[in-house]
Amino acid sequence: MEVSMSVNGESQTSDVEPRTLLVHHIRDDLGLTGTNIGCDTSSCGACTIHVDGQSVKSCTMLAVQADGAEITTIEGLASDGGELHPMQAAFMECHGLQCGYCTPGMVMAATSLVAENPDGLDETAVREGLEGNLCRCTGYHNIVKAVLSVGGGA
Amino acid sequence: MSAIGAPLKRREDPKLLSGEAKYVDDIQVPGQLWMGMVRSPMAHAKIESIDTSEAEAHEGVHAVYTGPQLQEMGLWIAPLPCAWPVTDDMVNPPHYPLATDEVHHVGEIVAIVLADSRYGAVDAAELVIVDYEPLEAVASIAAARDGDTMAHSDLDSNKSFHWPLVPDPDALDAAFANATHTIEAEFVQQRLIPAAMEPRGVLAVPSPMGGDVTLYSATQVPHILKVMAAATTGIPESKIRVIAPSVGGGFGAKLNINPDEILAISLANKLGRAVRWTESRTEAAFSTHQGRGQLQKIELAADTDGKLLGCRVHVDADMGAYMMLITPGVPLLGSFLYTGVYDVPAFGFTCDGYFTNLTPTDAYRGAGRPEASYAIERAMDILAAEVGIGPDEIRRRNYLGGGDYFENLEVPSTLVFDSGHYGPNLDKALELAGYEELKAEQARRREAGDSKQLGIGLVTYVEICGLAPSRALGGLNYGAGGWEHATVRLLPTGKAEVVSGSTPHGQGHETTWSQIVGDKLGIPPEDVTVLHSDTAISPLGLDTYGSRSLAVGGVAIAAACDKVVEKAKQIAAHQMEASADDLQFEAGAFTVSGSPDKQMAIQEIAFGAFTAHDLPDGMEPNLQEQVTFDPPNFVFPFGTHVCTVEIDEDTGNVELLSYVAVDDCGTQINPMIVEGQLHGGIVQGVAQALWEEACYDEDGNLTNPSLMDYLVPSPTEVPSMVTDYTVTPSTSNPLGVKGAGEAGTISSAAAVMNAVVDALSPYGIRDMDMPATPQRVWRTINDAKNGGAA
Repeated sequence: MEVSMSVNGESQTSDVEPRTLLVHHIRDDLGLTGTNIGCDTSSCGACTIHVDGQSVKSCTMLAVQADGAEITTIEGLASDGGELHPMQAAFMECHGLQCGYCTPGMVMAATSLVAENPDGLDETAVREGLEGNLCRCTGYHNIVKAVLSVGGGA
Repeated sequence: MSAIGAPLKRREDPKLLSGEAKYVDDIQVPGQLWMGMVRSPMAHAKIESIDTSEAEAHEGVHAVYTGPQLQEMGLWIAPLPCAWPVTDDMVNPPHYPLATDEVHHVGEIVAIVLADSRYGAVDAAELVIVDYEPLEAVASIAAARDGDTMAHSDLDSNKSFHWPLVPDPDALDAAFANATHTIEAEFVQQRLIPAAMEPRGVLAVPSPMGGDVTLYSATQVPHILKVMAAATTGIPESKIRVIAPSVGGGFGAKLNINPDEILAISLANKLGRAVRWTESRTEAAFSTHQGRGQLQKIELAADTDGKLLGCRVHVDADMGAYMMLITPGVPLLGSFLYTGVYDVPAFGFTCDGYFTNLTPTDAYRGAGRPEASYAIERAMDILAAEVGIGPDEIRRRNYLGGGDYFENLEVPSTLVFDSGHYGPNLDKALELAGYEELKAEQARRREAGDSKQLGIGLVTYVEICGLAPSRALGGLNYGAGGWEHATVRLLPTGKAEVVSGSTPHGQGHETTWSQIVGDKLGIPPEDVTVLHSDTAISPLGLDTYGSRSLAVGGVAIAAACDKVVEKAKQIAAHQMEASADDLQFEAGAFTVSGSPDKQMAIQEIAFGAFTAHDLPDGMEPNLQEQVTFDPPNFVFPFGTHVCTVEIDEDTGNVELLSYVAVDDCGTQINPMIVEGQLHGGIVQGVAQALWEEACYDEDGNLTNPSLMDYLVPSPTEVPSMVTDYTVTPSTSNPLGVKGAGEAGTISSAAAVMNAVVDALSPYGIRDMDMPATPQRVWRTINDAKNGGAA
């Protein structure tokens, strides 16, 4: 089936098997391998991307369901000049990553969490907002710190 | 400012944060074939027949192979290796990449398909029809020990080995005979699924004309994998290149030689096509080893004051279906730590290793040492209650060296502890935790009959890491050394390159190594490039496990830097026409005593060493030195952790209120990285205490293989932690560094369970198994209320 979507601002049209998961389409067909796969039960959130501005686990959607959608992956988050997005910079500043595998999904989930809470987040809200994203390295301590540093409000 | 000790931001991060980093599954090559695994759904069965016809006919399928076919093709020349035959008579049934006639655990591979797509390989694997004759399964250590059923039909016992460490049996018996207080406790170390966030994967790429093959693997141990792949497949070692690209966590689970790795490299070599496989998360519960799996019995003997006289331990360890790379050695790594930080005059440890029809066990963060730490630290609390003193006091009375500073102290388990200073470490932790205030609050709640009771758990741990002196490993029958290699070179441009045999998978080696080199050579850390994880670039190495990277690999780098500086000094003396003895090296430049105007920067000397126009007679050009460091001793980090929990008696829910950790890993190179390691380690131990367990039914089926059912903690389960340090430099290496990678895990399960049991102690509850799930806690409380204390 033919699917078209805008991915990180570029329009992409491909022929995919109808059963192709969106995450496999992004990774295997479009070659955007920054979006990772950490499970097969939509539990870990490593594959989190933005679909029409909302954070979505890209293993929970078929590629064909994203036909016509605007997609942002981790590769599309930094500025064109390569400057890190404030959330990416905060993760680096606060040491919110170690092996880095959960990181793209975590950063995508965190940017959308902050965008959805313009009045600011407290620690509990950050933890609850990121409940669908698993990390095995950091114990979450520094991830929470990073997200609060961007979206903690005044 | 010295680069050592600075919380430098990690140079690894931009690539990881932007999605630019490449993990194995991110690397695609033309013409690649996908492996699909046909796995046994039975824990123990005879393979009667395998029908591959439907799978072979499936579109896009290149081939389907069974175990006997691959054996016939010569895909392997030896079973998968066990590098640690702990005794000469250890029973070790051959473990081939595929089962050939009998399967011994759910998930063992019985056939493989090669297809031209990711989905096609999975589809075709499902079309292979296997006829099994079921056999009775051995689904627990207890069943293995009973011995009514054999995990391997051709064996007459499930026991693989008996390993004793009883330095003085008479003294041990006397200690118990003379004791005022004796306690005995049994603990279950449940099986855990390591669950690094990146599943394992492999990609083998042949060069058909050149006859060599490159294996990309999500591994902690590319160097060991290269040697073992050669030994297992018969491909000459010189033809194998192993690359560990970005690796998404390991925690021991990527410290193995797995069927998929051997299959990929050998098939690629035979077929001249790239072959790949990536495990799914649920598959990983079978295709990657598990951790822990021990039944422990510990006895302590103490005098009237609670001063320890003896410690006797027996462990029954679940090997699973086969011996993998270091399966039988895991309980031995713990054996030396059952006396913890305590002065115990008499000690004895024995271990029996048993086969079961479950996924093999092997290293998981801490590997044997969290188990040991758990046993002694839980037992110390039980002893404290028996003696009638507090958990802090029982520890204080028994610390090695009386809690004062000591170095190079021999302990009864025959090891020599490098350095320790336990008293101030405990003081600091208790103060930071507000221990007295916590106790007052606990008393208040108990008095008020509050439905939410407070529990305070205290642990002082020590661990043995920095694996390891090669001779010590030899003494334990381990099949390799414990050295690490480093090469340091100054390039003509004045930048440095360091080649490390130690292989990172999240630890931030590049940043830490650049700090060591920057500090030693007096150049900016950003001028240091770190090369690693590719056997063609870094041919010598023993990789990353056992919190060894810094204490062995980092020390090798520092020593290589020293050699570079020494050679540079000879060049500087020659070119400045001074005696080398009159030169000082500081901040990257040589100066001459008494001639402050004379100075040469090390970068300048590097260029001079490259042009070689004016070197001392007989000196080789270039500034490059290498060191293979074999440590004279292990390192022994320690620390005190205080955990506070609140238990809701109505629901059995355990909530972590606070976690305070004061660790001592000697000199720190990058405190930010150390703290991050501790955070992650602590949560992994907490998870064992409260949530995680690989659950098997009586037929040997794993009932919770997916992340839907196996609770890897999410951000909501854990609190932020409080971390602080004492610094007691190691005497085992010139940097004074110890390890920090496993420390958190080694202490935290015991800290949490000490807190849980403390909260429930008013009910007469003395112990509880992990994980302390709400159901188990609730039942334990209810049973105690109804008269039967646990």
